[in-house]
Amino acid sequence: MERERPQAGRDAQADLSDLVEAVARTRDRAAFAHLFEHYAPRIKAYFLRLTVSGAEADELVQEAMLAVWRRAETYDRRQSSVATWIFTIARNKRIDALRRNRRPDLDLNAPGLVPEPEPGAFQQLEARETAARLKAAVAGLPDEQRELLDLAFFQDISHRDIARSRGLPLGTVKSRLRLALARLRQAVAEGEDGS
Amino acid sequence: MGMAQHTDDLGEGSTGGDAGGGVASGHHLPEAVLLDYAAGAISGPTALLVASHLAFCARCRGDAASLDAVGGTLLAEIEPAAVAPALLHSVLARIDEMPVTAAPSPQNLAPADADLPAPLRRALGRPLGRLAWKPFLPGLRQVRVLADKGDVARLMLIRPGAAFPRHTHGGLELTLVLRGGYSDEIGRFRAGDVSVADGSVRHRPKADPGEDCLCLLVSEAPLRLTGWIGRWFNPVIPF
Ligand SMILES: [Zn+2]
Repeated sequence: MERERPQAGRDAQADLSDLVEAVARTRDRAAFAHLFEHYAPRIKAYFLRLTVSGAEADELVQEAMLAVWRRAETYDRRQSSVATWIFTIARNKRIDALRRNRRPDLDLNAPGLVPEPEPGAFQQLEARETAARLKAAVAGLPDEQRELLDLAFFQDISHRDIARSRGLPLGTVKSRLRLALARLRQAVAEGEDGS
Repeated sequence: MGMAQHTDDLGEGSTGGDAGGGVASGHHLPEAVLLDYAAGAISGPTALLVASHLAFCARCRGDAASLDAVGGTLLAEIEPAAVAPALLHSVLARIDEMPVTAAPSPQNLAPADADLPAPLRRALGRPLGRLAWKPFLPGLRQVRVLADKGDVARLMLIRPGAAFPRHTHGGLELTLVLRGGYSDEIGRFRAGDVSVADGSVRHRPKADPGEDCLCLLVSEAPLRLTGWIGRWFNPVIPF
């Protein structure tokens, strides 16, 4: 499944980081508009996969992009790629949106009590490098693992439901997912690009 | 949704298993819970407990960050869907309406209870001392924090040396120690530690002497108390 991604690549990633930092530093609206142009349709696609309607998805996209504006100062290019940072914002919106009663506030983005995250497998490298390796590693996954990863992250279902819908034993789903994640960790650690 | 899907991970957590993340301790979050959190396939109460543990635990934060990076990679690759043409303008209009100091930061929170995770303080909305604590059992007080789709998050305050009656669980129960510590048949837990229990676990948590033990509990179904005190109290426990 190759798709044309003219803007994909390291330089594009760097540019996106610059854009978030411009929003953080000077409330740069043009930079924000570029971010919106790039990510709003992806965030919408993410929410659409979660079986929300188009109008609802647009509303959630608005909220997520508002959070991007408000939280721009918290973005740290050494910690994560822009895509990852925006994914966590959209994901947390999703958790919040799925609640039946949205009181009291649920603010999952609040920072930790301990200052430094212990470097996980993906944090020992520069975030940009990690993002490039991860991208290649995901592309190199066997179809069945890639599909499960996609289901796990982008469908409104838990492991158990994945197992049911695939007609697979739960243990198989979990071991395949685990295999996929282990493979990604290894690829990132070793710098394999799978190509 | 709910949490039932995790119950069969319990054994793996305590025996070490072959989890890629190397989660071998019962004092951290099971890998499956971290994955469901990363994917957003998790209820509000459980997400609150996960975020609160992450505030304490650099190791699980590292694991969660790795899973987030996978999500970010998938988001970068997703087939975009066109948004309504006027959406950018409407977002910019909302930005114009925002107060200048709109950024919600922990600094905006009351300094009280600064040792508690920020997501929890935000959900509580007020200092611990001003919550509507309800007497629960001798030596125990509780207050409900968040409920959603059958999952309930509660704060439980246990006096030094007091014990929770022996009980089992209808569904999965996650406990995060916030202050003090307790011991039970599973082990010893201190501030920041997570304990995971399901119907196969029958335990009697006892607070350490010398200090109140404050815990965040998330349960997906009412506890079933066992033993005489349990039979006495079961019908009246206000979940
Ligand atoms: Zn942990």
